[in-house]
Amino acid sequence: MELFRSHVLICGGTGCTSSGSAQLLARFEKLLADNQLEKEIKLVHTGCFGLCEAGPVVIVYPEGAFYSRVKVEDVDEIVNEHLIKGRIVQRLLHHGSVEEDGGIKALDDVDFYKKQKRIALRNCGVINPENIDEYIAFDGYKALAKALTEMTREEVIDTIKKSGLRGRGGGGFSTGLKWEFAYKSQNEQKYVCCNADEGDPGAFMDRSVLEGDPHVVLESMAIAGYAIGANQGYIYVRAEYPIAVERLQIAIGQAREYGLLGKNIFGTDFSFDVDIRLGAGAFVCGEETALMASIEGGRGEPRPRPPFPAVKGLFGKPTILNNVETYANVAQIILKGADWFASMGTEKSKGTKVFALGGKINNTGLVEVPMGTTLREIIYDIGGGIPNGKKFKAVQTGGPSGGCLPMSLIDTPVDYDSLIAAGSMMGSGGMIVMDEDNCMVDIARFFLDFTVDESCGKCTPCRIGTRRMLEILNRICEGKGEDGDIERLENLAQNIKATALCGLGQTAPNPVLSTIKQFRHEYEAHIYDKHCPAGVCKKLLNYVIDPEKCRGCTLCARVCPTGSISGKVKEPHVIDSRKCIKCGACMEKCKFGAISKK
Amino acid sequence: MSVVENNDKYLQLDAVIAENKGRKGAVMMTLQKAQDMFGHVPKDVQVRIAEGLGVPLSEVYGVATFYSQFALEPRGRFVIGVCLGTACYVKGSKNILEKVCETLKVPVGKTTEDALFTIKDTRCLGACGLAPVMMINDDVYGRLVPDDVPGILDKYRAM
Repeated sequence: MELFRSHVLICGGTGCTSSGSAQLLARFEKLLADNQLEKEIKLVHTGCFGLCEAGPVVIVYPEGAFYSRVKVEDVDEIVNEHLIKGRIVQRLLHHGSVEEDGGIKALDDVDFYKKQKRIALRNCGVINPENIDEYIAFDGYKALAKALTEMTREEVIDTIKKSGLRGRGGGGFSTGLKWEFAYKSQNEQKYVCCNADEGDPGAFMDRSVLEGDPHVVLESMAIAGYAIGANQGYIYVRAEYPIAVERLQIAIGQAREYGLLGKNIFGTDFSFDVDIRLGAGAFVCGEETALMASIEGGRGEPRPRPPFPAVKGLFGKPTILNNVETYANVAQIILKGADWFASMGTEKSKGTKVFALGGKINNTGLVEVPMGTTLREIIYDIGGGIPNGKKFKAVQTGGPSGGCLPMSLIDTPVDYDSLIAAGSMMGSGGMIVMDEDNCMVDIARFFLDFTVDESCGKCTPCRIGTRRMLEILNRICEGKGEDGDIERLENLAQNIKATALCGLGQTAPNPVLSTIKQFRHEYEAHIYDKHCPAGVCKKLLNYVIDPEKCRGCTLCARVCPTGSISGKVKEPHVIDSRKCIKCGACMEKCKFGAISKK
Repeated sequence: MSVVENNDKYLQLDAVIAENKGRKGAVMMTLQKAQDMFGHVPKDVQVRIAEGLGVPLSEVYGVATFYSQFALEPRGRFVIGVCLGTACYVKGSKNILEKVCETLKVPVGKTTEDALFTIKDTRCLGACGLAPVMMINDDVYGRLVPDDVPGILDKYRAM
């Protein structure tokens, strides 16, 4: 094996790629070649480190120097100073990674990582995802070998059941039970599917696993195949994730080459192969029956259950469908045992959960925490709190199926049941923080707009009901809300929840219900006072002139198309809000910054 | 596009149809390839796929209109996708989208008259750390404010 004196890890996740990490890699390659260092220093293009806010991220080992927001120009300095002369480039170090005495903290001691526990993400940012040998060096495919050669099918299912692993896609159904149902279905042909159609806006957990550790998905799918008696797997992945698709294709090719997919794996009579199917942009395809309809090549519309997919799924055969993050846990559970996994988390939610932390938060990125960690710990200790000294207003979990939780619920522990009790849900792992500048009615409208757009149209409650709700919300945001609108929304919401065909329709009203419950006063301010407290809904804003700043130059009065500004020369002017059409021309022209929206 | 070039593409399409015929999930896979080749899937391409695969045109049209990935009209040379994922939305991506529409004077989903730009509101691009984000073809622009937009668009006009 080759030995290197230094390893340079460059994040190749989508976040860092978007901010130019590929150019960094190219520059490093060139400079190392120019200095004939290729044999001494190894470049590793890894998956996501999680701290996307600081991207592009470069870590240099053995020192563990954590460089953040690195620019192409900076690469020369890192090579010349750090790699050649051994002097760490202090100015590029991530501020959270430096000790008070100037020394470098181990990555696990950096605030962002300290409270995290990485199981699903354990290889992300550590190995080169395009190299199967690196995965194998980190115990890769060992779990598959153990399952195939030391365990019976029943023992595999039993281990997963006992571990307490629940579906990470949002539903939270016991993974082991699901496998058992499919195992018990008698059929010559069965299928194992992986849901990588991550449609929740603002969530990118699954993509990071696929990009950073694609082999774990293949290995775990093969384990599932062995357990239920399937020889074919399908990964349904969003076409919008080109890097993930490419790395999966590479991984499948390598696994086939090594005989870890294909016929007679590990010399046993078990054969298993995996194919990729690309999603084409339809949120409803995250629903299991819709996803299978889409793999079959048709419109991805859900169908009523039962029969459940474990009995009649893909192509009419018994099928299990698990989410990417669920699979990312399976191999570790087989390797380390059910008790190890069940020792983490809360009574009914075991293990860890990955969240995509975003919105008004300092450390945007991907975090993995033990179940039962509180929202406060995630937002303040790991996320670093709210930027610009603003006040926290709400945290949204569960995407378009979830809800918004206010400050009073911030000590809620994160697990399936506590979040539902608090009026939200776990969902697939999007966690969006909002501050005082976000309008909760507007956020509810945003999610409904999404649902209306993505409704497949098969059932009436979702197709028409959500549209009616959106119309009411649009009206409220435009200042045309009427007395009784809140009750109308609640009534419609209850009906949709009770009657929609699939899980997406049934949960579509949740963002509205939860914001009404927690932020009813904001709805009332919009409807009765025609006022948006956060200053977001444009039609509800009034332009006002600050008399302290106004010099009476008359410029605003001259540009106002409706003549709604009056005042004498060199004296403060005023805007008549009844005549004002809110075009904003006055604010644009004012040289003294005296006009603002309130 | 010249007639010859187009003709070539139809021959390629026929090859794809022949390859997928009889396979499970053929309609979707063929449409995806067709979209790659033509940039969109106009009516005559859909008819050819339906006839070639031996499925009703209604089924092909049904799939093509169901998924947002398929475009039925030609797109501009530069496709602008403004991310309306939640993380970008709470950081004001709607204002970015409005500024793009205002600057180009076309609504979301439409293409400018000079066929240069198509404006799309996209779902989460996954670059939440850079929110609000916009993509123009493969280039990503992050941490945007509305005033950045005209300058960025000018760059593409000059190309």
